[in-house]
Amino acid sequence: MNLSESFLTALDALLANKLRAVLTMLGVIIGVAAVIALVSIGNGLDAFITGEIQSIGSNLLFVTTDSENSGGYPALSLDDVEALSDPFNAPALAAVSAEIGGQQEVIAYGINERTAVNGVTYNYFDVNNYVVELGNGFLQSDLDTRARVAVIGPEIAETLFGDTFPIGESVKIGGVSYEVIGVTEAKGESVGSNPDTTIFVPLSTAQSRLYPRRTRTGERAINLITAQAVSENQTDAAIEQITETLRDQHGIIYASDDDFTIISQTALLESFSAITATLTLFLGAVAGISLVVGGIGIMNIMLVSVTERTREIGIRKAIGALRRDILLQFLIESVLLSLIGGIIGIVLGASAAFALSNFLGELVPTVDLGTIVMATSFATAVGVIFGLYPAWRASNLRPIEALRYE
Amino acid sequence: MVAQTIPATMQARSHNGRMIELTNITKAYAMGTQTVHALRGVNGTIDRGEFIAIMGPSGSGKSTLMNIIGCLDTPTAGTYILDGVDVSDMTDDEQARIRNRMVGFVFQQFNLLPRTTALKQVALPLMYAGFGRSERLERAKAALEQVGLGDRIDHKPDELSGGQQQRVAIARALATEPSIILADEPTGALDTQTGEDIMALFQELNDQGITIVMVTHDPEVAQCAQRTIQIRDGLIVDDGRGQAEGDA
Repeated sequence: MNLSESFLTALDALLANKLRAVLTMLGVIIGVAAVIALVSIGNGLDAFITGEIQSIGSNLLFVTTDSENSGGYPALSLDDVEALSDPFNAPALAAVSAEIGGQQEVIAYGINERTAVNGVTYNYFDVNNYVVELGNGFLQSDLDTRARVAVIGPEIAETLFGDTFPIGESVKIGGVSYEVIGVTEAKGESVGSNPDTTIFVPLSTAQSRLYPRRTRTGERAINLITAQAVSENQTDAAIEQITETLRDQHGIIYASDDDFTIISQTALLESFSAITATLTLFLGAVAGISLVVGGIGIMNIMLVSVTERTREIGIRKAIGALRRDILLQFLIESVLLSLIGGIIGIVLGASAAFALSNFLGELVPTVDLGTIVMATSFATAVGVIFGLYPAWRASNLRPIEALRYE
Repeated sequence: MVAQTIPATMQARSHNGRMIELTNITKAYAMGTQTVHALRGVNGTIDRGEFIAIMGPSGSGKSTLMNIIGCLDTPTAGTYILDGVDVSDMTDDEQARIRNRMVGFVFQQFNLLPRTTALKQVALPLMYAGFGRSERLERAKAALEQVGLGDRIDHKPDELSGGQQQRVAIARALATEPSIILADEPTGALDTQTGEDIMALFQELNDQGITIVMVTHDPEVAQCAQRTIQIRDGLIVDDGRGQAEGDA
């Protein structure tokens, strides 16, 4: 007796009791649907966070003060930016930008608003993936002359100027007027800050008028250096070069710790990915438990079915069915139950994931082939594992007793 | 055809006309703490082409004997040679193969599969024998025609009368061209007229050379057989050959 014969026999048996088959499948359907829906949402979350981090720029390295080792002073200054910009010191870096920032009271047309005001270098917009949509960004000359000019985010532009064309208008920051020379393109809120409500001014202007903090050696301080590595595989070299250059700049002796911290975008991505992967695994495991419960349902019904069909098994054995034939027949039945349930579950789960996406905003659930293959093979495995015992029981029935069974 | 599919480990078939040869067959069961001796040393032979009735009161061991003859059970001791093959000591699967190829069963309760057409019922033993689909259906159809049901091949058991169901069962028993047909009270669940029809069919099959062994408690039914073996308390008390054999 070959496999396709066993398959047809099993299908016949299932079709003979459709309601029971569907009810039995329900456990697997719910289990697989839950796995697919939850894992899809987990994958969507991963894609969303990855997208957020990548929207900051590419191959970026962030250098900040390590306050534990800097003696209470900011550690970074424009001298550091210049040293890092020198290809002799750091050949692995393509660009280096710097910023200093904080919250400021800003006023225009009598509208008073508290928002983020950041002093930035002229290349800041390029490095950090900003597009200046209206007007212009900064020039090196704006920094050299500490010009009182500002590039503003689209949301704050709307708040301050409404329908008025903002370029050429003036905005008061810290009691001093700045001319608006540019408006950035909307970027959307990201983790911890909103670039669309931020006002940018030249770094030198911000240092002298808004944020006068100084380093231990008396240089005007900056908060953050954003350096761009020439390529992804140069990131590690870039980290090494930045470390050496800055230790040299800050005169740190061999035995002392760095007074700065370097975080790479790659490391950021990896750590967030690790979190979402764990979350996805956890969600999948919880859903997987319901799949196991579904498997127990299959086993239960298959045991009932074997008892009910004892006489049929006796007849089949009497006319020559081998143990293997009976085993296969019942095993295929349980695998069919779980497999068909699995397929229905995939469709339901994917539908549920997309239905949910309406409530999740930018988070788009991702149903990938890997998840489908995994859920299908898991469902099949459930059918085999929980079908094995009932099938084994059936194959071990003695024909004389089975034929006598009423 | 069937002979070719018998495992090589089995002996070659005898040509002396002996279909069944039972030597000192005993069967003991453990019933709780007691041992029940259902058969106490049965000896007997059945020749090719015979039509035998086995009779005996309930508890006489005739069911046990039938199970052993049908390879549904193995004897505790003794030798059973079926169509030249020693089948006294076999595993479950070996027995299943022997049943499939050498024994056709006809039961009192028909024992057809529910919701299955006559054609598929009859084709089932051929499926377990490993025949291809088209040959299976062809043979099954021929077997159904042989029992006079050529026009009912697509009917399911609940669409057939008792007599027709028993004919399907007989066709199923015939399908693999077995060495013997083993019938257990084949008319027990049928009315008198239908029972007589079924017995006529058995006689017809026997006339074609098919060996039939039938267990019954009905002396009238046993009349149809050429020879009646009487069994009592686990022993054959009359093998039906009587004086005739002694004289020969």
